[in-house]
Amino acid sequence: MIITAVRHTTDFMGQPTNTVIATIDGEELFVPLDPSNRHYSEIMRQVEAGTLTIQEAD
Amino acid sequence: MSKARQLADLGNVYDDGALSNRNLIINGAMQVAQRGTSTSITAAGSYFSPDRFEAGITATDQLAATLSQSTTSPDGFANSLKFEVTTAETTLDADEIVTIRQKFEGQDLQRIAKGTSSAEQVTASFWVRSSNTGTYILELYDSDNTRQVSKSYTVNSANTWEYKTITFPSDATGAFDNDNNLSMFFMFWLAAGSNYTSGTLNTSWASATTANRVVGQTNLIASTNDFYLTGVQLEIGDTSTPFEHEPYSVTLQKCQRYYYSNTSTSQFYATQYVDTYKFVQWGHPVRMRATPTPTVTYFTGSFSPYQIDDQHFKAYVASSYTDGTTYYTTSYAMDAEL
Repeated sequence: MIITAVRHTTDFMGQPTNTVIATIDGEELFVPLDPSNRHYSEIMRQVEAGTLTIQEAD
Repeated sequence: MSKARQLADLGNVYDDGALSNRNLIINGAMQVAQRGTSTSITAAGSYFSPDRFEAGITATDQLAATLSQSTTSPDGFANSLKFEVTTAETTLDADEIVTIRQKFEGQDLQRIAKGTSSAEQVTASFWVRSSNTGTYILELYDSDNTRQVSKSYTVNSANTWEYKTITFPSDATGAFDNDNNLSMFFMFWLAAGSNYTSGTLNTSWASATTANRVVGQTNLIASTNDFYLTGVQLEIGDTSTPFEHEPYSVTLQKCQRYYYSNTSTSQFYATQYVDTYKFVQWGHPVRMRATPTPTVTYFTGSFSPYQIDDQHFKAYVASSYTDGTTYYTTSYAMDAEL
């Protein structure tokens, strides 16, 4: 799983959402902030390893 | 098999705790293929097909292959999983691996009683066929406790269906977590570099030592070989029983806990929620293992998911009451695989 970019998102009321936008294997996906989700689990593994940073929402 | 033998086996099954729902494997008859019947493999990574079965490929350089739901099958089965090498790996480097595997939630493995004095043996049975004869490895890998056990089997005749049964010992060390996360891999090895093969095959449960996991494994990807599987069963005890067939609808529902998709032409239409936003929403067909990663395409508009969870999907698009555009989904898939 190659993750090249991750950023938080806000909803239509400007509130943080329960997903991040991640580019995984070249595809942009909305990944839920669920530790049991395999994509989010891998994102957090790489964040904790210091090899990936989650950007703030636009 | 004599009636007496069948009755004795049935008695053993009862002693081991189940006359139905024996099979821990989901989609062992390879009936369900929601992602389509064929997936091209062009690089290392994870590829799913048929449902719940995954090709796990690491570090390969040249390998190209297809992973598909095949109609080549032994009597009594309509489908099989087929892994077909279309471009061989010219040199098998030390870190390269190719596996066909299924992953289990810990809460579905509690009946094994692993990590207790009552730990159970488990027996795998399956039909296999390959153009490449030789020794293959089947492994159970406990990811909660980093423990594993491997057993070998032999494909004796090329291009011939063969039925195999393999019993794995019990393990009184290392309980599986009782939750919805990954606890165990069930792995058919097709190729492994020397990092995985240079030791002594570990045939009893032990802390994982990489070099002892896949010793003796033939190299399926050395040339344009194929490898078929079906009738895959994993059950408690030291006896393999006949494959536990189940209705397609039952298997489909089990698979949908991990993944589902919809490519039908008539889908979900967005409805007005507030003055300036429309929402589309639906419930998942079954409660999913975790909040899924959605992949949704829409006829038009830029939608964003909103408060999604393991029971429903919802997304919104900026659109006023007076907007004459019709917004609807054209395809979607939800991925909560382990």
